[in-house]
Amino acid sequence: MLFILIFVLTLIAGFITPWWAAAIIAFIMAVYAGKKPAQAFWSGFGAVFMVWTILALVKSVPNDHVLAGRVAVLFHLPHWIFLLLITALIGGLVGGMSALSGFLVRRLLAK
Amino acid sequence: MKFFKALLAVVATLALIWSLETKFGDLPPIAVFLNPATGFWQNADSKHIIKKLDLKLKGLQRKVIIRYDENRIPHIFAQNDHDLYFAQGYVTVADRLWQMDIQTRSAAGRLAEIIGPKALQADEYHRRMGMVYGAENSLRAIMKDERMKVMINAYTAGINAYIRQLWKRDYPIEFKLLDYEPEDWKPINCVLLMKLMDETLAGHSDAAAMTNVLHKFGPNVTNDLFPDRTMHEEPIIPAGTKWDFKALPLPKPAADLIASMAAPVRHKAKVEGIGSNNWVIAGKKTVSGYPILANDPHLNLTFPSIWYQMQLSAPGINTYGVTIPGAPCVVIGYNNHISWGETNVDADVLDFYRIKFKDDSHNTYWYNNQWHKTIKRIEHIAVRGQAPVNDTVIYTHQGPVAYENAAKRPKAYNDIPVGSAVRWIAHDQTDDLLTFYLLNRANNYDDYRKALSYYTAPAQNFIFASADKDIAMTVNGRFPLKFKDQGKYILDGSDPANDWQGWVPAAQNPAAKNPARGYLSSANQSPTDASYPYYINWSFGPYERGKRINERLAAMQNATVDSMRALQTDTYSISARDVLPTMIGYLDSGKLDKNQRQALAILTSWNKRFDANETGATIFNAWWLKFYGMIWNDEFDNSSLMLPSRDRTEQLLLKEPGSKWFDNIRTPLNETCADIVNHSFIASVNELVHAHGKPGKNWRWGYVKLTYINHLANLPGFGAENIIAGGTGSVINALVDQHGPSWRMVVQMGPKVQGYGIFPGGESGNPGSIYYDDMLKTWESGKLKPLLFLQSPAEKSERIKSTLTLTGN
Repeated sequence: MLFILIFVLTLIAGFITPWWAAAIIAFIMAVYAGKKPAQAFWSGFGAVFMVWTILALVKSVPNDHVLAGRVAVLFHLPHWIFLLLITALIGGLVGGMSALSGFLVRRLLAK
Repeated sequence: MKFFKALLAVVATLALIWSLETKFGDLPPIAVFLNPATGFWQNADSKHIIKKLDLKLKGLQRKVIIRYDENRIPHIFAQNDHDLYFAQGYVTVADRLWQMDIQTRSAAGRLAEIIGPKALQADEYHRRMGMVYGAENSLRAIMKDERMKVMINAYTAGINAYIRQLWKRDYPIEFKLLDYEPEDWKPINCVLLMKLMDETLAGHSDAAAMTNVLHKFGPNVTNDLFPDRTMHEEPIIPAGTKWDFKALPLPKPAADLIASMAAPVRHKAKVEGIGSNNWVIAGKKTVSGYPILANDPHLNLTFPSIWYQMQLSAPGINTYGVTIPGAPCVVIGYNNHISWGETNVDADVLDFYRIKFKDDSHNTYWYNNQWHKTIKRIEHIAVRGQAPVNDTVIYTHQGPVAYENAAKRPKAYNDIPVGSAVRWIAHDQTDDLLTFYLLNRANNYDDYRKALSYYTAPAQNFIFASADKDIAMTVNGRFPLKFKDQGKYILDGSDPANDWQGWVPAAQNPAAKNPARGYLSSANQSPTDASYPYYINWSFGPYERGKRINERLAAMQNATVDSMRALQTDTYSISARDVLPTMIGYLDSGKLDKNQRQALAILTSWNKRFDANETGATIFNAWWLKFYGMIWNDEFDNSSLMLPSRDRTEQLLLKEPGSKWFDNIRTPLNETCADIVNHSFIASVNELVHAHGKPGKNWRWGYVKLTYINHLANLPGFGAENIIAGGTGSVINALVDQHGPSWRMVVQMGPKVQGYGIFPGGESGNPGSIYYDDMLKTWESGKLKPLLFLQSPAEKSERIKSTLTLTGN
């Protein structure tokens, strides 16, 4: 449930909002639908991880990954796939931490 | 406890977000750069193009149709001048925004604003040389001409119409990497780009290094080793051409030469290969019966590509060629009636004047036997992450004092003499864009000459051909009226006789039209023979490229476009032909080891071409450099001195083998020419063996010399590395390291003009676009593309891939 909420909202917001909107979405959704610390973290992590992967690929596939290849060289990475992985991990980490924070705040409020 | 856990999690999350949003050192803020919504992924342009797009743009007067061909070269059709230049600005910036931003910032001395303190010295240098001062002067002059005012304002409006509708995600990737935002374009930016051309092509002076030579060796040696005319000559204007004008009297030379300097100066040599070729062959020597014109300007090659190709069409104008991103008009190109191109002249239009100040306040200086007041101009330089810097620059009547003393001068600029004022053509009110505006619309020879009369700098050899079968060359620019050798050394700034004393009339610039020999060419060499009455400079580019071009053009009959294309990529070395037989003649083969004998055998059978697969070229190149170094490095033993030219060194070898310069003063022996030839051969072959193993495949020229194209910001992965290609600085295909032909163009004149051209790179400045380097391979292989020159927006062509229609609202 939490995963799907964050996933759908971040995907929609991804086209119009700054990147840190993902953090706000994950936080609020976890306040609303968080159940356990681990569940909250992994839902946030997984959802943003996937959304960022999808959004990046939507641009990079029709580009034949030309740009991703050049940027990978710039950052001394052996292949653009690592760049995608780092992008997704950063998004995931932000999503996960935000959702975890949201859940912990929810627990405070629930008292 | 729960509260602390929650607090800890929230704080940690916020800290994480902050650290991903913040710039550390040279790295961009990580999440800002990587996130797929606004970060670099958004710059990955789709390979699928939109076939038809209609846009409404405020400021446009009528409808403009832009048709893009298979290389995404825009063909603009407008209904008036205003809309034409508005659209030129719009389509150019859509492809080249960051390049335009960074180049104008660099020229304006505003890099520190985005890069921080490490760019401060470069910024101060540009301000202190008077780049901004010159641009402000020129802009005032340009805006007095109604045509130029309309053009520059419309061009600016077109650029801003694009910039203002951008979202953050649309910013070119370099903005995201350097973490800054585009700003509005201003009319002065167009002029700053022209000043940048002045800096590249007319911003060099050997005067300081020559003054050091004079100080060390005295006038006799200096005149002998640094003569005003070379042994080998092949002037641009055919020798013997009669000057059909009455020359102005030359100013009287000043009394004294300055023979010392206030602080040491390191000599920065000119790069061989920053030069260019152009030529034209008359109809009587071509298959079609009409002239063919060719031009390949050589520059420091960078990505995004230096040039931007386009067609500009409106009532009264239909022209095709290359433009400078950030400046209106076509710079090198053709229309239905004429074609034109340029190579650099290298006139002496930058002089240093030693200034005597009354005291350290620099408020007054000595001139014409009295004290005069200086003017102080304060340059405000914003610095990222620091307080802004206010830099005070002292101006005399000559120009800015680049560095008052050695303490003010950073090490990176220690080729600039201190305590000296700069008199530079780039400071003057110039209106060079008017020349291109008129050339774009020219119909014949008279129009061409009229257009050229407005041109100031950087002086260019303007080649010309017309459908009327005229061919012409004009060595063109605004040349100061000088006494002989004025500015060869640092000048005494207190003597009025050393000032520039007026100008050579434009109509008296060296020129030739329809010569009997049926061709004209230029390759940066000496413009005229000794009969030309005015002094332009004492040294020019070496003669070899010009010689080779003229020999080939003289031999050609029934020339075609392909003969011109082949000549542009010719790698035959006149220099090797001039000196190799003599050098080999001096070699004592009995003293050579196996590798050296093998190298000699390769050299003896070498075809004298600097092709990629020639090993002889590698050996000759290494040998010559070693030979040259062994002659001069003992006496010219420090970096402050100008070195004698290749031509003067060849003269020693060919005509003065007994010269004392062959002796190595560091040994007790008395070396002769033969000794140096032998020593240098052995040493250079040994070095090649050390670096590449035994003579063989690894010695091939294309693999030994490096050829590459860097991104403007030297970003790894954004350039093109390891280009295997032939060529060297002294052959027509002057391609070596990062220097070479930035645009190759051949135009067949006739009832229906047909142009051919290619440049290394592509139309897009976006490293994430397939149009970033789609023309590179064709350029590398030495081929040209037929250029699409439409006569109307509706003309059918299979090469048109998409159409953009702009309308006002």
